[in-house]
Amino acid sequence: MSRVISLPVPVAPRLHWLWLTPLVLAIALVAGTAIGETRIPVDTILKVLANRLWDAGYPVDRIDAGIVWSYRLSRAIVAACCGAGLALTGVVLQALLRNALADPFLMGLSAGASTGAVAVTVLGLGAGAIGLSAGAFAGAALAFGLVVVLAHAARRGMQAAGAIILAGIAGAQLFNALTAFMIAKSASAEQARGILFWLMGSLSGVRWDDVALAVPTALVGLGVCLWHMRALDAFTFGADSAASMGVAVRPVRGVLIAVTALVTAVMVSMVGAIGFVGLVIPHAMRLLVGSRHARLVPASALAGAVFLVGSDILSRILVPGQVLPIGVITSLIGAPAFALILVRGAGKA
Amino acid sequence: MKLTAEHLGARIHGRTLLDNVSLTIRPGETFALVGPNGSGKSTLLRLLAGLRRPARGCVRVDGRPLAHLKRRTIARSIALVEQQAETSDRLCVRDAVALGRTPFLSPLRPWTDEDDTHVDRALDDVDMRPFADRLWHTLSGGERQRVHIARALAQQPRILLLDEPTNHLDIQHQLSILSLVRRLPVTVVIALHDLNQAMACDRVGVLDAGRLVALGPPEDVLTPERLWQTFRVQADSIGDPQDGRRILRFRQAP
Repeated sequence: MSRVISLPVPVAPRLHWLWLTPLVLAIALVAGTAIGETRIPVDTILKVLANRLWDAGYPVDRIDAGIVWSYRLSRAIVAACCGAGLALTGVVLQALLRNALADPFLMGLSAGASTGAVAVTVLGLGAGAIGLSAGAFAGAALAFGLVVVLAHAARRGMQAAGAIILAGIAGAQLFNALTAFMIAKSASAEQARGILFWLMGSLSGVRWDDVALAVPTALVGLGVCLWHMRALDAFTFGADSAASMGVAVRPVRGVLIAVTALVTAVMVSMVGAIGFVGLVIPHAMRLLVGSRHARLVPASALAGAVFLVGSDILSRILVPGQVLPIGVITSLIGAPAFALILVRGAGKA
Repeated sequence: MKLTAEHLGARIHGRTLLDNVSLTIRPGETFALVGPNGSGKSTLLRLLAGLRRPARGCVRVDGRPLAHLKRRTIARSIALVEQQAETSDRLCVRDAVALGRTPFLSPLRPWTDEDDTHVDRALDDVDMRPFADRLWHTLSGGERQRVHIARALAQQPRILLLDEPTNHLDIQHQLSILSLVRRLPVTVVIALHDLNQAMACDRVGVLDAGRLVALGPPEDVLTPERLWQTFRVQADSIGDPQDGRRILRFRQAP
């Protein structure tokens, strides 16, 4: 452990390891596609891909092809996008709010998403016209709007970062209470169980149309973070210091937080509230690559993607014949990892 | 470069922080701002740096209102070192100083060797080159303050605003920061608590409850009458036996 701490921080941002990113990501995706209840050999996966992408015409078992293409590959890609997106939002919020505990769910987003999802499933809001995902997205957007309004109203007398955090806590509590109220009042036991599973995160229902939403969202998130990486660096000594170094604090913070909220809401609406990715991955990556965002942003995106694909694999194979909620896996790994970071942080001070 | 404050006023929650403050910072001078706690020194520096919009009045650089300039443009000519800006991030001295290049960089204008040169020069100016690879949290208070000043210098500012840079430092580090500030080839506005340190500056402005009550060379401004009125202390001026310069000696009011 002490070896990692004493690593010298490299002076210039050396970026050549970035070339490995697509390779590592590809390996993770292939592993996510290969491993499961039915083990599928890598050459079969590559043949299915070749058949699909270039009409290569390799002879492949039709069931294997179905599992690879319709089920596991889309699932692995969405897992990677969610992991990358959530890790990036954690990086952004921790940098902007100067708070080690900031994560994508800070701003009431997951609480709002669950309220939206529950309102659709339990109360039948929208009369079947809107699905669970749309309900979750609407709930997340509503909660975010409320938190922003509250933070804006509370900003007199405290710093903006503090106001956002406190408003987020208040918003999360409110929406969690609403969710609990609706479940207690209206849900059947079966509905309650279904909601519980959704809240803990599930990639089971994921198909290619989810990929079509997840990939652009993750790419937009990554692009915006990379575009603003120097501004994120400038927040190292706080918002005033960033402003004195030429960062237009309010517009930059507005854009970054809005994108963060959008990415989180899209991801949560697809796969539920997956905890700890956004909190732990950025901290772990800071220890490994330092806190300059030119390195931290790509490293966190990659690590988040690989971590969530790995967690998804574990969730499928840990208990034979049953798929565990992925949020359970990420928290089971994330909580001890976070405890370790806390202990190390205390040791440093 | 000339920095002018015209009839500045600032308020927060209905309380007046600054009231009708006008002054001109002359190119090349070292200007000290003194005043009791809460007299508006930090607020005035924040207004001069453009971090805060004045409720009344206007700040101009070379005649142009600060409010019309982009943050990036301002940051290329005015740098501010705040009181005790801290971070829990793991970053090394060099990376902290490199932050000062932010106003010159963009996604389309990446880091170049020229930026490295400016960072090196800033580190040399504050004698922190040997510390370049040290991590922030291993530095002492005085070293951190030097790094902040180097970070500000990396912005290539024409005007450097310093908010009580010697606060919480031991006497040796106080003196070394002050002699560093006097050596720097830029215009400096420095908020100070130690009036004897202000005596060594070119001009002094005294703030009292948000008003600029005196402005001029230190020996004209820091008079016993002024110190009694503003700071409520009795002061005597005595000569330094070494170089004959004046030193202020303070006593509590009876």
